[in-house]
Amino acid sequence: MNAFLATVRRDLLLALRRKSEVLTAVFFFVIVTSLFPLGIGPEPVLLKKIAPGILWVAALLATLLGLPRLFSADHVDGTLEQMALSPSPLGLLVAGKILAHWLLCGLPLVLLAPILGLQFDLDASTLGILTLALLLGTPLLSLIGAIGAALTLGVRGGGVLLALLVLPLYIPALIFGAGAVEAHSAGLGAGGHLSLLAAMLALAGFFAPWATTAALRVALE
Amino acid sequence: MIPWFWAAAIIFGVGGLWISFFVAPTDAQQGEGYRIIFVHVPASWMSMFIYLVMAFWAGLGLALNTRVSGMMAQALAPTGALMAALSLWTGALWGKPMWGAWWVWDARLTSELILFFLYLGFMALQAAIDDPRRADKAGAILALVGVVNIPIIYFSVKWWNTLHQGSTINLNKAPSMAQTMLWGMLLMALAFWMYSIAVALMRVRAIILERERHTEWVKHAVE
Amino acid sequence: MQWNSVGEFFAMGGYALYVWGSFGACALLMIAEPFLARRRLSDVRKSLARERLADELELQQKNS
Repeated sequence: MNAFLATVRRDLLLALRRKSEVLTAVFFFVIVTSLFPLGIGPEPVLLKKIAPGILWVAALLATLLGLPRLFSADHVDGTLEQMALSPSPLGLLVAGKILAHWLLCGLPLVLLAPILGLQFDLDASTLGILTLALLLGTPLLSLIGAIGAALTLGVRGGGVLLALLVLPLYIPALIFGAGAVEAHSAGLGAGGHLSLLAAMLALAGFFAPWATTAALRVALE
Repeated sequence: MIPWFWAAAIIFGVGGLWISFFVAPTDAQQGEGYRIIFVHVPASWMSMFIYLVMAFWAGLGLALNTRVSGMMAQALAPTGALMAALSLWTGALWGKPMWGAWWVWDARLTSELILFFLYLGFMALQAAIDDPRRADKAGAILALVGVVNIPIIYFSVKWWNTLHQGSTINLNKAPSMAQTMLWGMLLMALAFWMYSIAVALMRVRAIILERERHTEWVKHAVE
Repeated sequence: MQWNSVGEFFAMGGYALYVWGSFGACALLMIAEPFLARRRLSDVRKSLARERLADELELQQKNS
């Protein structure tokens, strides 16, 4: 467990020394969500209806931005190989790196979402559901994305390939995440969607670090 | 062995086409347009089944570290992608006269599209990695992740929207279509099966020769 | 038999574009794919045969 926490701490420290990288994803999220009303027009009714979808797609793309960096720096300077050889299990260290990625690229989006939701005239309870859905959904995106990042490690044209591999796998998260908010606005209650999202998170939390580790070992061979 | 599969594919194909155009009666609701079913359904079945077979080979390759299984998975992917593309294409051509739109965002169409993307991702990943052993293993992990995800994707998309007509073949109830139609469809499905096996075996042969070109037996094999 | 004439068969009760579009696309792709696979196989065979020939020539030169 110490190794896990140490990895999280190390990745956070490294990222905070290069703040611009973290901020890029956040700014991307803010700018993309603000572009949609400009493209679609300022009608409040329409904007209110498409807000959850826009915020979710933007969050999806913003997490994608940080993914190529998840393992590449450590791969280049050989840290990853040291991790694979270290006595603590690689899966644990990988889980630590994924958690750090979420804290840097996912959590800021969750915290910003209610503010951006105001642009779309969402009311307080809808904003709450949106935030809750993102809180459950963004770690899921980080977990699934890590598999893709490990598979494309050191591969030609890795960034675009990563998007091609990961985006289809993001679809369930998108559907239930945005669906939760829509169901709430329609008065159906978001409980079902949220619990399914949580179930997927639990499943991914169990399997994704494992698959990521396997993919990393292949890349390190 | 490959010529036998070709022969079987052609025989079943001719039989299936005969039934689908000359034996099967005109549908009461959809007129002659429903005849698309005889290629649409087999293509959809194959696209899903090939992914499962591919994942099976991939898993076998990871577990037992055999070389041929990775090559099999690689040989199957383009055929699977082709089937998915055909299924989408024929689905669109069927949807236009029946629903009035080339494309509707319903559960089955959308999951078929996602399946097509999964095939493309698998092929792109394999093409991007130069070392064939690494490409096999990375592809295998991706295929297995995909196979875990397919049911989740399917149910999430289904939940999201259902507009498609109900399943035409239901094992519990009596088939909702004429017996001859069912036969035609089964024959066509068999033809598609044989075709897929033949073309995948042909491709795996080429892949084996490409990969093992520096070994002695390959040098003797081409004499 | 339900078709009275060849023209009626090709017209497909007004669904000609859709029916022949699907069957045609299937036929086209399912003929093209084996053709491409075959070409890949013969390309490998040819390049292997060339390699072999090069080896033999080299051997002859060494011997002579």
